[in-house]
Amino acid sequence: MASKPSDDVETTNGSSPPPMPVKIVVAGGFAVGKTTFVGSISEIEPLTTEAAMTKVAEDVDNVGSATAKTTTTVAMDFGRISLGTDLILYLFGTPGQDRFWFMWDDLVRGAIGAVVMVDTRKLEESFPAIDYFEEHEVPFVIGVNCFEGKAAHDVPDVREALAVNPDTPVVLCDARERASTKMVLLELVQHALARATAASV
Amino acid sequence: MSPPEQNEGRRLRVRPYAITGGRTRSTTDIALETIVVTTRRGEEMSGRLTMEKGRIVALCRTPLSVAEISAYLSVPLGVARVLVGDMTEEGYVDFNRARPAGDRPDLKLLERVLDGLQAL
Ligand SMILES: Nc1nc2c(ncn2[C@@H]2O[C@H](COP(=O)(O)OP(=O)(O)OP(=O)(O)O)[C@@H](O)[C@H]2O)c(=O)[nH]1
Ligand SMILES: [Mg+2]
Repeated sequence: MASKPSDDVETTNGSSPPPMPVKIVVAGGFAVGKTTFVGSISEIEPLTTEAAMTKVAEDVDNVGSATAKTTTTVAMDFGRISLGTDLILYLFGTPGQDRFWFMWDDLVRGAIGAVVMVDTRKLEESFPAIDYFEEHEVPFVIGVNCFEGKAAHDVPDVREALAVNPDTPVVLCDARERASTKMVLLELVQHALARATAASV
Repeated sequence: MSPPEQNEGRRLRVRPYAITGGRTRSTTDIALETIVVTTRRGEEMSGRLTMEKGRIVALCRTPLSVAEISAYLSVPLGVARVLVGDMTEEGYVDFNRARPAGDRPDLKLLERVLDGLQAL
């Protein structure tokens, strides 16, 4: 390389600020296609990172005695998409089990919004994620992953079963297809924009 | 006496929280997606840093998020966060402060994301 890397990362005087990150959360039930969705558009192979959680469990058999500490590890995968030279979009797949809410708070903090992937054969697995995003006022879209080349139910049925707000986009997708994933992400950003616009007037 | 090459081979896994002195929280507000770059000072000091900090300085010549650092170093997110927080305070790495971690993207930023995605 011609120039020393440090020459263009001298950031303390503001000459060349590092890229700005933005993120989108990809949630849904077990094996619904979250990793496939992230991988179909990410410029890197999805990476996995671990968050260790220490839980203080109460000893129910021995009230008042010392508490036991257990450590659980939650794996989370993510990908990235450079949008020009100064903006990078990260896609974070949520850990499958919805009991890891501590992770979600961190994940949604500052996020553009979320994609909730659903499999129509087990819609109910998406309920906890939908509840969470509604409660925390995180903009989200529903991506109906078409496992057999088509959805087992059509969009109005899914919308009715999920009882989401009429403004919430519900779109059919194929998580394996980059173009489809891109369309879902565009849907989400447009939705977030509409909500932010409505909030700013 | 073992030959120096031996150190280059398989390394023993360090108990993660030993690296951070037992801390799991950083004093600087850093998100999973915060993008870190090596500063000139970090570059100059690279030979004198601990193994993990040295690796971060080397990795972040290309801007990388805390999540990526965690994955490439095989340390939990919390550990990567604390290391990056310390290194920021020490001036070895830095990140973009234009938007406070935790703020929802504003309209202008959302427009940029939309344009960027459309152009993919
Ligand atoms: N036919 C079809 N198969 C898919 C589609 N999306 C994902 N799959 C497959 O479904 C399986 C699960 O997909 P993953 O992407 O690993 O799902 P996940 O939500 O990340 O799973 P967990 O992280 O384990 O909860 C894989 O074998 C995928 O190849 C799809 O749109 N159509
Ligand atoms: Mg997965």
